[in-house]
Parts: sequence; C-alpha cells; structure tokens
Amino acid sequence: MDKVMKKVFWCFAALTMTVVAFMGVYIIANGLPFFKHTSLWAFLTGKNWMPSGEIFGIFPMLVASLYATIGAMVIAIIVGVSTAIVLVELLPAKLAALLSAAVDLLAGIPSVIYGFWGLMVVVPLINDLWGGKGAGSSLLAVIFILALMVLPTVIRMTEVSLRAVPNEYKEGALALGSSRLQYIFKVQLKAASSGTLAGIILAIGRALGETMAVILVAGNTALLPQSITDPVRTLTANIAIEMGYASGVHQQALFATGMVLFVLIIAINLAMHMLNTRTERRERRESKGKNTL
Amino acid sequence: MKNKLFRILGITVLGMAMLTGCASGAGNAAANAGNAADGSAPAKTESSKIVAVGSTTVAVPMEELANKYKEIEPNVVVEVQGVGSSAGVKAAADGTADIGMVSRELKDSEQSDDLEVTTIAYDGIAIVVNPANGVENLTSEQVKGIFEGTITNWSEVGGADADIIVVTREDGSGTRSAFEEILGLQQEIDGKKVSSISQGALVAEGNGTIKATVASKEGSIGFVSLGFIDDTVKAISVNDVMPTVETVKNGEYSVSRPLLVITHKDGTQTTKDFLEFILGDEGQEIVSEKYISVK
Repeated sequence: MDKVMKKVFWCFAALTMTVVAFMGVYIIANGLPFFKHTSLWAFLTGKNWMPSGEIFGIFPMLVASLYATIGAMVIAIIVGVSTAIVLVELLPAKLAALLSAAVDLLAGIPSVIYGFWGLMVVVPLINDLWGGKGAGSSLLAVIFILALMVLPTVIRMTEVSLRAVPNEYKEGALALGSSRLQYIFKVQLKAASSGTLAGIILAIGRALGETMAVILVAGNTALLPQSITDPVRTLTANIAIEMGYASGVHQQALFATGMVLFVLIIAINLAMHMLNTRTERRERRESKGKNTL
Repeated sequence: MKNKLFRILGITVLGMAMLTGCASGAGNAAANAGNAADGSAPAKTESSKIVAVGSTTVAVPMEELANKYKEIEPNVVVEVQGVGSSAGVKAAADGTADIGMVSRELKDSEQSDDLEVTTIAYDGIAIVVNPANGVENLTSEQVKGIFEGTITNWSEVGGADADIIVVTREDGSGTRSAFEEILGLQQEIDGKKVSSISQGALVAEGNGTIKATVASKEGSIGFVSLGFIDDTVKAISVNDVMPTVETVKNGEYSVSRPLLVITHKDGTQTTKDFLEFILGDEGQEIVSEKYISVK
C-alpha cells in the first residue's frame, strides 16, 4: 500500500511539473519568433505601442507595472506589518479574532469586485481630489487597489511568522529590561523576518500579475506616466485587453509581453530568495561568533 | 494511522470512479431516451453542431438566431463564441469554426478563394458622451479632431469649458478599426497605415466597458455599436444625423459598417441551411432588432 501510494503521489507531482514546463515552453515558443520582427532591446525600450502599425514598444508598460508594484508594496508592507503586530501582540484575543476575520474576508473577495469598486468609488474620488488626464483612472488608483488586494497576504504571512517566534525570546528580552515595543521591533520582527519576506514575495507576485482589477481602474493608456494621476497600462493589462482581437505579429508581441512578465517574476523571486538566504547565513555566522566570544 | 489514511484515500478514489461511471451511464440512458422520442422524425436522429466564432458584435444577434433556430431544427446546436473579428476569420479559414463572424470589411491578407463572405446586416457606430454633456451634435471633422487629440476642450465644439476625456476601444477591435476607417483616423508611418487615435486616450475593452467608462466620467466621449446604446450614455448626432436604424439603412448616417459571416466553400449542408435561415425573413427579423437588416 505504502509503495503504491508513493507512486501515485509521485505521479501527481510529476503532472504539476509537466504542466508548468508546458506552459513555459508554449509561451516561449509563441513569443520567441516575435524577436525576428523587433529586437529584444527595441521591444523593451520602445516608447510607442501601436499594433496597427506594427510598432511594439513596452517600455511605458514595464515602467507602469514596476511603479504600480513598488507603490502597492510600500503601502502594503507598512500597513500589513503594523496590522500583523497589532493582531499578534497588542489586541485582546476577541478583537484580534474579529480583525482576523476581516482580513480573511478581504482575501476572499474576487479581483473583479475590487476593480469594480475601484471604478465606481476610488476613481471618481481621485478625480474629485486631484483630477488628472484620465479623470481619475490613474496609476494612483492602481496602486491603491493593488495595495488593498495584497494586504491580506502580507498580514497573514507576517502574523504566522510572528506567532512562531518562541516565547523564550520574549521572556528573555523582557527579563533583560526591554520594553514591549523594543521587543517587538528589535527581537520579534527580526526573528520573523524570513516568513515576512516570503509573504512579501508572494504579494509582489500577486501585484505584478493582477489583471482584472487593474484594467478597470488604470485607464490603459500605453504612454509613459508623467504624474501619479496619469492613466497607465500594465504588462498584464496589455495582454488581457488585446489578446481577443490580436492576430499575426500582434499576437506574438503579446506572447513576448508574457515572456517578459514571466522572466520578471522569476527574477524577483530569485533575488528575494538570495537576499533571504544571505541574511540567514549572516545571522547564523554572527550568533556563532558571539558564542565563541 | 497511516494505513487508515490510505484506506480512506483508496475508498474516495473508488467512490469517485463509481460515481463517474454511474453518471456516464445515466447520460447514455438519457441520450437513448431522447433518441427514442425523436424516433418518429425521419433519418436525422444524430444531432449536429455548428460552431460560430468571431466578432463580439455579431455574436449578440447570432446567439438569438441560434436560439430561434433550435426551435425549428432541434437537432442542430449552434455554439457561439465571441472572441473578435480577426480570430473569426482565422477560425473559418483553418476549419476550427463552421462560421466566422466579422464586424468589418475583410483585410486584403484575409481574402481567400476558399471562403464565402455573406453580409447579414449593417451596424452603425454611435458617438456617445456622458448624459451631463450639453453637446448634441458634432461634425465628422470635429469627431476626428477630438479622437486625434487636436481638439481637447469641449468649449471648442460648443460645450462647457472642460477637458475632453477620449475613450477608445483596444487595438485590433473590429468596432475600432471600422471607426478609424470610416472617419479616416489613420496616418502613415513607414508606409504602413497606423491608427491616429491619440495615444493618450483611455482604452476600454468591449462596448460595455466603454459605456461604463463614459457613463462614469463627465467630460468623456467614446464610440459603441448602435445596438449597445441605452440611457446610461447619450448618443450625439454626426453632421446633424442621429444614429438610428433608419438613418444607417438609408445611408444618411455616415459612421456605419457591414456585419459579415464567413463560411468555407466546402462547408456542411447544416451550415448552409443555417445561413439560409439567417438571410430569410425570420432570421432578418431577429437581426433587425438591434442591427439593420440587409433587406
């Protein structure tokens, strides 16, 4: 029985791997021929996207995707980590459970609802406050909606890793005379940093990949944004908006856009992973050093 | 503990296998019963399927045509997929669809001797603005100027002093290319015809999204198929002609285009029968609810 089930599980694992590999190969096979038409450099740095004239430059969208992701992550990290600290350390259990349920609810809302709410509430609000070329459809609206969407991921992952910090650390820190806040920021958060970072990586992936909600609030203008209230088009929105009608080189260009997105996400994950292992190694070395002293 | 887990897993798998087995068994039984009921009808016991792929604009009346056709020919199922004009031509050419739906004139590269092109209706493209907008009429030159970005304030065309927010469809959309062609919104770059709609325009995917965007932004202007107009947006007249079924049909309203159906020359008889139905009185009546019939 044991052996059979092991094989069954192995098969499922292999299936997952095959599907991932197939998708990667499919995107690359459909996207690569495009670079005969436009060089990779011209594609990445071109400032004009005019499919009807076969001019394909994704620089404005690359920039928009990066701005939107960075903006959303800054907000999500500040708000998310604070919320997690409040949840774990400061709130009484009953209130914490209530807040926790609210976070779960936030995580369960489909992205199109976020987008629709953004279009109906956030966009007009931005238009009333600051105006802008897109009458509210803007980079700012995208950042706000994305921040809201990735917040639950950041909160949950931070919360879990904060809770996983052994109680001895707390007892030790408090016994040494640190205040509650000193313990939270100097001991607990540091000990939980690897889990928090994992949450942040997940959140970046979601922010960069989110499409439906973004399309509804971004305005989807393929121009380099000059201000935070300018309308933007992200890489994912570019694919989703134009895929339905695209044919020939245009379709290949969209697959190439997908390839860029694919590589970007892999690169970010790798970078974060390396950062994580390096800090862990350094910490281990430091604690070893202290021991020998 | 481990063994128990495996046993549960095993039972689940077995159970699922049995369920699917039962389900397909029941399905067969139902199918048999259906055939038995139809037994009185001569010969045509097997149901056949027509796949129609293409323009979202044509897909709307095609769904209704399919529903009506089911009443006449219960054995024929028409499957409609609205994925865009270009995809429709491609699907009809490579045989993945029996019918390609197109909402613009065919491009030269899309013409082929194997394909038969039939006009099933005409469609007008309406210029829509927010209901709060006071402008009632624009000349086609003014519309062109607005979409090219040379006219940027409503006061330049007789409206209030407010910025014009241009909303357009995505590149490749049949409605957009029809709109560009009709109004001459094209420029030449390196010998290629390129859309000259301002790059700063907001882009909305689909007629519905254009409507939602125009309805929610006061200074905005967009374009939708005539069939999509409702009271959330205001259609304005072009060269003093309002877009209506009559004005498109008699050629007075300038912003209009044909709706085409593409079939393969070696298509099935079922497909040909369906096409005949579309062009017949009943079919055209359904088409004319939202579009303009060819008769």
